[in-house]
Amino acid sequence: MSEPVLKVDNLTIDIPMAQGTLHAVRGIDFELKRGETLCIVGESGSGKSLTSLAIMGLLSKKMRCNAARLDFSGIDLRKQSPRAMRALRGDRMAMIFQEPMTSLNPAYTIGDQLMEALQLHRPVGRAEARARAIELLGKVGITAAESRLSQYPHQLSGGLRQRVMIAMALMCEPELIIADEPTTALDVTIQAQILRLLADLQREMNMAMILVTHDLGVVARIADKVVVMYAGEVVEKGSAREIFENPRHPYTRGLLRCIPVPGKTKPGEHLGSIPGIVPSLIGKVEGCAFRSRCDVAEAACASDVPVRRTGEDHMYRCIHEVQAGAPS
Amino acid sequence: MARTIETVAEDLRTPSPAAILRKRIFGHYGLVFGIAVLAIIVALALFAPLLTPHDPYAQDLMARMKPPFWMAGSDPNHLLGTDYLGRDYLARLLYGARISLAIGLFAALISGLIGTAMGVAAGYFGGRVDLVVTFLINVRLAMPVVLVALAVVAILGGSLQVVVCVLGLLLWDRFAVVMRSSVLQVRDLEYVNAARAIGCSTRRIILREIMPNVVNNLIVVATLEMAHAILLEAALSFLGLGVQPPTPSWGLMISEGKQMMLFEPWLIAIPGVALFVLVLAINLLGDGLRDVTAPENRG
Amino acid sequence: MLMFTLKRLGLAILVTFTVSLLSFSLLFMSGDPASAIAGENASATDIEAIRALYGFDRPFLVQYADWLFGALSGDFGQSYYFRVPVAQLIGERLSTTMLLGVCGISFALVTAIPLGVAAAMRPNSLIDRTALFLSVMGQAMPSFWFGLVLIVVFSIQLGWLPPSGSSTWKHFIMPTVVLGYYAMPAIMRLTRAGMLEVLNADYIRTARAKGASETRVMFKHALRNAVVPVVSLAAVQMGFMLGGSIVVESIFALHGAGYLAWESIARNDLPTVQALILIFSLFYIVFTFLSDLVNAWLDPRIRVG
Repeated sequence: MSEPVLKVDNLTIDIPMAQGTLHAVRGIDFELKRGETLCIVGESGSGKSLTSLAIMGLLSKKMRCNAARLDFSGIDLRKQSPRAMRALRGDRMAMIFQEPMTSLNPAYTIGDQLMEALQLHRPVGRAEARARAIELLGKVGITAAESRLSQYPHQLSGGLRQRVMIAMALMCEPELIIADEPTTALDVTIQAQILRLLADLQREMNMAMILVTHDLGVVARIADKVVVMYAGEVVEKGSAREIFENPRHPYTRGLLRCIPVPGKTKPGEHLGSIPGIVPSLIGKVEGCAFRSRCDVAEAACASDVPVRRTGEDHMYRCIHEVQAGAPS
Repeated sequence: MARTIETVAEDLRTPSPAAILRKRIFGHYGLVFGIAVLAIIVALALFAPLLTPHDPYAQDLMARMKPPFWMAGSDPNHLLGTDYLGRDYLARLLYGARISLAIGLFAALISGLIGTAMGVAAGYFGGRVDLVVTFLINVRLAMPVVLVALAVVAILGGSLQVVVCVLGLLLWDRFAVVMRSSVLQVRDLEYVNAARAIGCSTRRIILREIMPNVVNNLIVVATLEMAHAILLEAALSFLGLGVQPPTPSWGLMISEGKQMMLFEPWLIAIPGVALFVLVLAINLLGDGLRDVTAPENRG
Repeated sequence: MLMFTLKRLGLAILVTFTVSLLSFSLLFMSGDPASAIAGENASATDIEAIRALYGFDRPFLVQYADWLFGALSGDFGQSYYFRVPVAQLIGERLSTTMLLGVCGISFALVTAIPLGVAAAMRPNSLIDRTALFLSVMGQAMPSFWFGLVLIVVFSIQLGWLPPSGSSTWKHFIMPTVVLGYYAMPAIMRLTRAGMLEVLNADYIRTARAKGASETRVMFKHALRNAVVPVVSLAAVQMGFMLGGSIVVESIFALHGAGYLAWESIARNDLPTVQALILIFSLFYIVFTFLSDLVNAWLDPRIRVG
């Protein structure tokens, strides 16, 4: 068994606000090995993007981040100086963001921005950086890579820009790549291409990948492991197979009901939805955060919720002990 | 489903709009300070005859250049001393506030009418109207304000009315620019289209649907332009080509005191500070109003 | 880019002509220019002679065309007061005003941009509050009064700087500060606002994710984008400043074009005033035109495609 690339234990993120402290992420843990893809699933505001920013050390200074453990390839990220974090970022861990339209600097050419990613971490000349940029643009499926280098972001389509972002993240061959909803802002047909590309590159370069998404369809296709987050908490996690075949938490079941299955879902059939909104996380949060929207909630849900485990890696947080394959 | 924790949190804690506005106004120290100081200056100007027994024009050549109360040899009868003609400095200062406020108010009014009409027309009708207005704004910006104002006032003679009109005719550019962009923002909103769809007249749409939504910006620009006009009048009078003596204009007082500032620096300090405080108060009021009413500042 | 330049150039030329027409019509605002030149005690025949001499009896547009063609070839007519060609008069004075303008805008930029950047980096910090305080003061301070206060303090009390004249570099210090401080608040506020907006942009997060240092993020990635509107503003302010040099030059008795303007207005020397209004406008027009070109060059979204 290889050493995990990333090990997160009891990660919490608090945001001080005028009305009190917002407990945005509460006690997350997971681990990830080289060559694995972990998907973090949850709706907006569930803390999944904050979690990925915390790993990168990119949280704003106002936010407070604590963890019992936050190890990256044996390096304790909690103890790294800003300078050391900077040296890791872009080199050994890289990130791809949600908005390709605005994530590239409009003032510089694609080539400048790609080459910067390499030259910040490697003592290479312009010619070498340029060659690497061309190589990677080719890798992410951009044709006529040479001529693209002198173009500006506004001259490219959204799909192309996201390819450029991917190429930029891969310039230094990172061990870990975090993709925060990389396809949300793109057209459906392009979404599939970009995901395929990410999955292929991850396998080819043997990276560990965290894919943050709210799209379970995406998860089903590329995830090895799944973490389901709700209101800043992991409500269920496990291998992708377990989660899809034996979802235990009512929230996960709710999410799965929302995906139409070709051949199974009849035309016009109700797809299911989860009514209600995420509760406020300001101040002390007690009990199960999902109880206000849960079909099977009971009075006991307002107090401590047990962490239950089934099988090897499958964990969920619910007062109900749900039988595998129970009707959902 | 896409609502974030933040918006939900806000929903739960939202008090009435009036309460929010009240809180925003009183939470904004600059705004509170601006309103308070401006109110004091307006009161001083209005009640000037009650506050000082002296006539700002009355000369007393026997009591010239009396120093103000904090200096040796001051006369309790003249709290802020007297100028080179023996006129009471406090009285001139108080009556001078009337001049500054009147000039600011009327110049902002005239330029506001011109600029708003042009800006609203440009924003609402677009096309050629917009081209013409934008061109006129460009021409106006290219003209050096101080120089043109000085030249015109010099030609027409420096009365209060002339200064007000000249400033009013020169300072409409910011009104036009801001109104144009404000109207552009609301012109195609749903409710304006709805009004158009039910057949409202253009006049009614502009007055009833558009103006109420851009009036915040209008008031902010008006306060800032008022301060601008007051400063310009003072500068013109200081250069001797604005309001003419013996009118008690603060700019004129500084200009007259300049001859003797070597020995009596308070002669320029008093009207200068008054001018500074007035303009500061108006600017703080304008900036504060902008902060308080800016939609992106909600919450 | 070529189309953009041509369009802007066309607009600039059109504005110039309109301004020239307006400044020329100034002559006729006072009613009869001939009697103004002749003075109060002139006889009717004198006035008639002057009218014929200066060509005031011709139609307005003919006079305008005449003046304009003269102006295009650098001939603005004779000064009524100084009795020398206006062009020569202005030519002698312009360099002082230009020098003052360049010093003033440099002072404003050198103080305003670092302050604005520092304020944006730490909103609500001491430095942010200091910058805000300085800009609020600057906007409310009448520049002629500020000039006088400087003279009282630095020339009269401390005796460090000469109060008036333009013979040495020391004479330019106080005028530069007064003129620069006039332009500083707006530039500072725009820099701060621009930086705050840009610092929230996604591409700044991208730069950090690449492992760029904070200095690099600030100066390479943020400032480059925030500076675009500042360039336009600086050009506008530079135009305003030259127009406002009349106040500063008259306080410090700097014999530049602004001082000349004050003298000619006080003496009813209309040809000089007309020429100066046109020249100051031309400065503004040229500066804004150049700043548009610089902006287009700085912003690839205008330059390319």
